[in-house]
Amino acid sequence: MNLMKDRFLLIIFACVVLAAPLIFAPTGAAYPDLLQRFAIYGIFAIGFNILFGLTGYLSFGHAAFLGVGSYSAVWMFKLLSMNIVPALLLSIVVAGVFSLLIGYVSLRRSGIYFSILTLALAQMSYNLAYSVLTPLTNGETGLQLRLDDARVLDAAGDAGSLPSTNFFGLEMKEVFWNPTVFGYDLQFNWGYYVCAILLIASFWISIRIFRSPFGLMLRAVKTNQTRLNYTGISSRPYTLAAFVISGMFAGLAGGLLASMDPLAGAERMQWTVGGEVVLMVVLGGMGTLIGPILGAVFIKYFENIFSKINDGVLHGWFAIMPEWLDNAMVVIISPFVGKGWHLTLGALFMLVVIFLPGGLVDGAKRIGRVITGANRRAAKVGIE
Amino acid sequence: MGILEVQNVNKRFGGLQALNNVNLDVAEGSVHALIGPNGAGKSTFLNCLIGKLKPDTGSVKFNGQPVLGKKPHEINQLGVSRVFQTPEIFTDLSVFENVMIPCFAHRDGAFKVNAFARVMRDKEIRQQAEDILEDMGMKEKMNAHAGSLSRGDKRRLEMAMCLVQEPKLLLLDEPTAGMARADTNNTIDLLKHIGESRNITKVIIEHDMHVVFSLATTISVLAQGTIIAEGLPDEIKGHPKVREAYLGEAEV
Ligand SMILES: Nc1ncnc2c1ncn2[C@@H]1O[C@H](COP(=O)(O)OP(=O)(O)OP(=O)(O)O)[C@@H](O)[C@H]1O
Ligand SMILES: [Mg+2]
Repeated sequence: MNLMKDRFLLIIFACVVLAAPLIFAPTGAAYPDLLQRFAIYGIFAIGFNILFGLTGYLSFGHAAFLGVGSYSAVWMFKLLSMNIVPALLLSIVVAGVFSLLIGYVSLRRSGIYFSILTLALAQMSYNLAYSVLTPLTNGETGLQLRLDDARVLDAAGDAGSLPSTNFFGLEMKEVFWNPTVFGYDLQFNWGYYVCAILLIASFWISIRIFRSPFGLMLRAVKTNQTRLNYTGISSRPYTLAAFVISGMFAGLAGGLLASMDPLAGAERMQWTVGGEVVLMVVLGGMGTLIGPILGAVFIKYFENIFSKINDGVLHGWFAIMPEWLDNAMVVIISPFVGKGWHLTLGALFMLVVIFLPGGLVDGAKRIGRVITGANRRAAKVGIE
Repeated sequence: MGILEVQNVNKRFGGLQALNNVNLDVAEGSVHALIGPNGAGKSTFLNCLIGKLKPDTGSVKFNGQPVLGKKPHEINQLGVSRVFQTPEIFTDLSVFENVMIPCFAHRDGAFKVNAFARVMRDKEIRQQAEDILEDMGMKEKMNAHAGSLSRGDKRRLEMAMCLVQEPKLLLLDEPTAGMARADTNNTIDLLKHIGESRNITKVIIEHDMHVVFSLATTISVLAQGTIIAEGLPDEIKGHPKVREAYLGEAEV
């Protein structure tokens, strides 16, 4: 029964993800760059949810693993090949090792102390990336491709211009199909589909973990770690495993970011990035399967729509109003849009946390209950 | 040689001597009751046995093996389970999941990465969990949220979680506190029945003398951190020191 439900969920999810360039067209978000970001941050959030949603351990340091993933991938592009496969593998492995170190140290504490330790360690990594580790990270400028990079496996192909990332010859940037449907100009590119397949795979892994004995132990950690220990389970290796798994997902996400756009900067390791993934998971619904992805899409969509609305656009909206009213509206609204989109997001976040503690998934369920309840009532009336 | 040997255990909390040179020898297969007035140090004593507290001095041996300094999960894996004074269960999980966790711990040990197995497809574990819930008369509640159970049911659930591990030694801290009379009698029957069929040695802390005298084969009396008397139930009943310690507390 549960199994059927999970399969159904996975199939629906896969269909939506694969058809995203079409589905998102009316929202204005169906361009490859943003769709890729939806999928990549979806993966990041899925992984984070395995730690935070299941065990309740709140890490503020996962940006570090995202950043490490990006750096690893770019190094692979520089030294070995522009094929994304070795790059992604290295991203996952390096982020895994790095999260093992950070997790081992921070999991000696729980609760707020754990959170602060992860925050401190991540911030330390960020500062190191900026300063001491400049030979590895290229400091402030960020790590970029250069014409004279070694690229042992495919150096021959370089001819005067920087090569692009590919999956066995399929270039990430290449739009392979560009139809016009219902007046929308749709763009199907390889990069998005690589991200999409990995997102679906990540979702599947997450379902399996949720339903496994391992996942059960993680949920037990969250509800009563004392009982778990007195039941003969050593909770530390479980939480550490969850930490490393989530770190590897973050590494994959970082590697993908670099695969779509081959550069890596320290700002990707900043704690605000780690804070954002917390927002995504809480907003979508922590501990639920689909919630983190919803949260990721929601925040990234928001970030892109609201951050692009400037005073000019606002004046356009209110052009029909008298000039004084137009100006007044712009003055009122402009702090909430453009660069101020964080303000709107913060307000929304507070509303969700206060009124929908289970996040967007909770909201959807409530609406679903209202609708099915109404249907049942309607059906009853029909019978009578 | 007892299954549990405790020698000269001392524990201080600041100025309070909570345990004062406590010695206890629990024979295999016995039901050893530990009684004493409130604040006598009974729970503290159990905490020292399961690795929750470390005694200042003394030694604790289980099956001849020293357990002091071992982690709680290691002690549990040796075969010691405990029912707490206030029920410790997984309140966010279902009753069924609550009993499956100790089943996994018993079969798979303290840590196993089985991230791709399916809990609900594990027939062996499901069977064990269903059986114990059946025994405890909780089968119809198996899909309930553990946090929503009544106090008595929470205790029974916790007992089920301990029993399903088939421990060699079961420590029970006031297992019938807060239960109605009928439930108390059920619990007595259950503990008797389980003791016989699975050969579990028990240490039981109880204020309810009805429970104590129905179950115990040996009784130790703890007052202000010191064992003041030990013997068969009949010997304890008439013991003058015990009457003194319990003055105004309960009928002995
Ligand atoms: N962690 C602790 N820190 C300080 N004092 C403690 C601690 N735990 C217990 N005590 C004190 O030690 C004494 C013994 O407590 P304990 O809980 O062992 O008593 P008890 O015999 O179980 O009593 P009750 O019958 O009320 O459960 C009490 O005075 C208590 O306040
Ligand atoms: Mg007590």
